[in-house]
Amino acid sequence: MSESLLMIPLLWQMAYALLLIFCWQIPQYHRIVSIFGNAIGVGLSALLFVWVKDKGIQVLNAGGWAAPYGISFVADAFSAILVLLTSIAGLAVSIASTNTLLDRRIHFGYFPVFHFLLAGLIGAFIAGDLFNLYVWFEIMIISSFVLLSLGGLKAQLEGGVKYFTLNMLASVIFLTAVAVIYGLTGTLNMADLSIKMAAVDNKILVRIAGIIFLVGFGIKSAVFPLYSWLPASYHTPPAPVSAIFGGLLTKVGVYAMARVFLLIFPEDPFLNNLFISIAILTIVAGGLGAMMQQNIQRLFSYLIVCHIGFMVIGLGLRTEAAIAGMVFYMIHDIIVKTNLFLVGGLVYQIEGHWERRHCGGLYDRYPWISFLMAIPLFSVVGIPPLSGFWPKISLVLAAFDVKQYWALGAILLGSFLTLYIIGVLWIEVFWKQRKNEPDQVDFLYYKNLLAKDKFSLVFPLVLLGAVSLYIGFGAESIQKLSQQIAKDLIHPETYIRAVLP
Amino acid sequence: MEILLAIIVGLLYASGIYMMMRRSLVKLIIGLILLGNGANLLIFLVGGLVKGNPPIIPEDANKMEGLYADPVPQALILTAIVISFGIQAFAIVLLKRAFAVIKVDDIDKMNTTDQNL
Repeated sequence: MSESLLMIPLLWQMAYALLLIFCWQIPQYHRIVSIFGNAIGVGLSALLFVWVKDKGIQVLNAGGWAAPYGISFVADAFSAILVLLTSIAGLAVSIASTNTLLDRRIHFGYFPVFHFLLAGLIGAFIAGDLFNLYVWFEIMIISSFVLLSLGGLKAQLEGGVKYFTLNMLASVIFLTAVAVIYGLTGTLNMADLSIKMAAVDNKILVRIAGIIFLVGFGIKSAVFPLYSWLPASYHTPPAPVSAIFGGLLTKVGVYAMARVFLLIFPEDPFLNNLFISIAILTIVAGGLGAMMQQNIQRLFSYLIVCHIGFMVIGLGLRTEAAIAGMVFYMIHDIIVKTNLFLVGGLVYQIEGHWERRHCGGLYDRYPWISFLMAIPLFSVVGIPPLSGFWPKISLVLAAFDVKQYWALGAILLGSFLTLYIIGVLWIEVFWKQRKNEPDQVDFLYYKNLLAKDKFSLVFPLVLLGAVSLYIGFGAESIQKLSQQIAKDLIHPETYIRAVLP
Repeated sequence: MEILLAIIVGLLYASGIYMMMRRSLVKLIIGLILLGNGANLLIFLVGGLVKGNPPIIPEDANKMEGLYADPVPQALILTAIVISFGIQAFAIVLLKRAFAVIKVDDIDKMNTTDQNL
């Protein structure tokens, strides 16, 4: 019975979404109820994480049907840490969403859908079955469609159409790959597949299935050349929505790639090289794209694309050190990217627009807030001892070890581009003298907001900044954890033994 | 029969992708529906086609005998159909709203979010 504890963070979020749906008529209470629920959710996920770390991999077979026949849910350390980070990001975003500026959306069910999104994410992280993973992906993207288009502005609907179309296409491609895998092996349980895929004779079809998976997950995680939907849509919804999208939705694609390619597919040099080439192009395309952007949220969207490349490189190098770097980067990236979009939202509230060239003098006017904003901005660059620095070391060393100098160059180039982009952003938004432009008449500026709205805009930055500083300064424990996870991912025997006793 | 189904699956995928590449919003939805049906039929096909042998154990036996139909793909398709049904309903509403607000039925003209001001 105790193994069913691993479902609790997931069931909690689903129950919460349902509870909020039943409270549809009293939207004024949604905010406080949602914050409370997410706070408990963080506690439950932390319990799950500690429990998995102590006791090893936990498996739940739905309905008591043994592994290859029933649907399994599996929580190893990789899943558990991602569930924990999802809950933390969810808490920060739900605090940021309490802003009265979102009133109209809350009346149309913002919070129930938000909790469904979190449930979908957590479900995707603990799914132990490919088709189940597909179902959680669907729950997640349907919720994200609603969150993106709720509000009905022209830009949102345009971005929504692009986002919707590409993500639907990705789902169909994923389903196709699932069908091919089922045809090859007759099972969908990931641990069982790991054994059976190695025994399949038709290597060409295995490789083709791998490429179909790569295209499907590649669209979701926005790698080159499949990323165009991301910068076209992520800047259109309000900042808290962009934050949860930017922090988690692409990372779940990378998680799925790591799970599928490290666990299910036998090592294939062709696929590894493909990963590395795609990752190099992703870093370059994302970095160069971000340099051109005037809109701050669009700039951050391109940075997401750029940094997805770092994780995919780790996957392509496929050594223990590289996977450890990838896992550490993912841990860092979820928190920092969520934080960056919230920073963008706060800048918008202060300045009244997203255009970075018309911003200025933020440091002069709000030194403390600027300090808070500096944490994610410099973490994303990777200035030691902030969190982005440590995973890059692992990745660079791993690239040296296997003599992949192109990958090494791409990592350094990507870091340099990020440094340049954030440097320019910092100078323009924080240091530049602000031109005295008259305020827009019908815009509620940060300085005129109520104290509780100010709190809801600033507090998530404090929370995520603290987590990000912990990741930076407590890097040793995170590095140990990442190495442990990487070992388990490279040698999936423990995972397989846990699922199929 | 397998060959015929394989050709139909290919046709559904091809026409679905062709429809999605047209510039009209309505054709986009039709393309999505065709693609979804193609994927469902593909799952059905890879499960293997067996006629008249349901996966039910006879009363006087305690295990399955002979060639029987694989029940898993049918469960998968059922789930996938329900999901795609929901998504198509959402797609129709989204695209209707988008058309009402943007007032163009040409995907090429929906490019304001890609412009860099």
